[in-house]
Amino acid sequence: MEAELKKELEITACKVRMGIIEGVHSAKAGHPGGSLSCADILTYLYFAHMNVDPKNPKMPNRDRLVLSKGHAAPALYSVLAQKGYFEVETLKTLRHIGSILQGHPDMKHIPGVDMSTGSLGQGISCAVGMALSSKHFGDNYNVYTVLGDGEIEEGQVWEAAMFAANKKLSNLTAFVDYNNLQIDGTIEEVNSAYPIDEKFKAFNWHTITIDGHDFEQIETALKEAATVDKPVAIIAKTVKGKGVSFMENQCGWHGVAPNDEQYEQAMSELNTALANMQ
Amino acid sequence: MSDIKTVATRAAFGQALVDLGKERDDFIVMDADLAAATQTGKFKKEFPERFYDCGIAEQNMVSIAAGIAATGKKVVCSSFAMFAAGRAFEQIRNSVGYPHLDVIIGATHAGISVGEDGATHQCNEDIALMRTIPGMTIINPADETEAYLAVKAAFEHKGPVYMRFGRLAVPVIFGDDYKFEIGKGVELKEGTDVTIIATGLMVNEAMIAHDILKQEGISARVINMATIKPIDKDIILKAARETGAIVTAEEHSVVGGLGSAVSEVVCEEYPVPVVKLGVYDEFGHSGPAVKLLDEFGLRGANIAEKAKKAIAMK
Repeated sequence: MEAELKKELEITACKVRMGIIEGVHSAKAGHPGGSLSCADILTYLYFAHMNVDPKNPKMPNRDRLVLSKGHAAPALYSVLAQKGYFEVETLKTLRHIGSILQGHPDMKHIPGVDMSTGSLGQGISCAVGMALSSKHFGDNYNVYTVLGDGEIEEGQVWEAAMFAANKKLSNLTAFVDYNNLQIDGTIEEVNSAYPIDEKFKAFNWHTITIDGHDFEQIETALKEAATVDKPVAIIAKTVKGKGVSFMENQCGWHGVAPNDEQYEQAMSELNTALANMQ
Repeated sequence: MSDIKTVATRAAFGQALVDLGKERDDFIVMDADLAAATQTGKFKKEFPERFYDCGIAEQNMVSIAAGIAATGKKVVCSSFAMFAAGRAFEQIRNSVGYPHLDVIIGATHAGISVGEDGATHQCNEDIALMRTIPGMTIINPADETEAYLAVKAAFEHKGPVYMRFGRLAVPVIFGDDYKFEIGKGVELKEGTDVTIIATGLMVNEAMIAHDILKQEGISARVINMATIKPIDKDIILKAARETGAIVTAEEHSVVGGLGSAVSEVVCEEYPVPVVKLGVYDEFGHSGPAVKLLDEFGLRGANIAEKAKKAIAMK
């Protein structure tokens, strides 16, 4: 990866994280932890990989992204805002009455959102449907989905995985945001879906395990995925709350908004990080 | 009875898909390992490359259908009513209903007339479940003719459509001149003393009830209410004003189905007695379909009794 692109992506991802904190703080509710953990994956997809056009959000043959872990909506919204689908200022209306930015992704009202999600396990099936549609009608676009590691406890995920492999949906790539934390505790404590890669392999997917915060590894994985004649699961090891020191690896930051003091500290940390990048 | 042609509405569903398949290639049909029973197998045989079997995974099937629809394509997914409306309820609610996607859900084997399979497969709750989803259209056709026309109409409709079909062969009551329109009830018999509003296979029973009542000097209007949502308020209120008493007849629970939908309209806008005939908040059981219809009181004679009760309450 060129150093310039990497730097640009890091700067964008930092701004995305600031947007997450702005949104969740303004909403006084939401899911900062799992949003921060998948921020780099979403940033890479929208800024370096997917064929999308913010000026034409419904471009018929665009690549699609389904945020199966819909509660990470603040991350998706922040990426879409940075990409120019709507104003960054709009992030401050997250979860407010009258805002387009619903608590979970709403395809009817938010430019750039390809599927309404939020009920876990359904998004990957919707992504499978899109990938099937692309192949069936010869439209030749790719479909990406981001799952939570807790989310894959949902049985529907495996129904979708079985079908996608059976139909050889090579245009489908699923990221698993592997941060090892869900609401009630660590993944092992609650109901371990580990080993994740072996499970997807058993369902006849190609799997790649990476550091989900390393843009070079994300890039390499997506290049490999493009060469495989199967659906691909990219198991992305991540840190819940990544980028805000006191939120990192803390289960408690799954679904809680920062208070004013915590907000100031988080933004201060992110501003410092941004200044160092620039 | 031997001269009356009987056809299951599911068969008309399958035939309509085949005929639509010959007219257009912009849609996909899906099933969950029940293609032979739901009759999507007819489409599968004719257009194997346009048919996808999801296997025994209805929740996945419905969400896949939502994904296909989200790409701007038309899609039909089919299973038994129990597993479509029941098992995949939340997928229909969140993946299809909330984004108001153009998914047609072809739910067959609805109601008690599933017969021998028994209670686990006799879905008497699907209309109630689907009615709670904002923007959902629910169509429960009465016979082969209407089922065929309703499938074609669903293809022209924007937004999700839940279509309810039966396993049992039922009399064909409508001719080639029958017109079907989503959201419109149809008055089949004029009447002034009471109105029978029926849906699905109970429409034929309502016609029988009309004749029974006529012999007793009672003039019963009969309305076929194929579309249960959005309900045709105008035809209900007209019946309430003009006949002053209503009986609803459905092969479905009296909790949340047609009877509830009619009652909601009547109670709020022009209160008259409404007597509901349906399955009275109990599970079904195994047996031949026609015997179960007798046992559960889903016959013209039962409707006629309810009609007299409604008239007495005026």
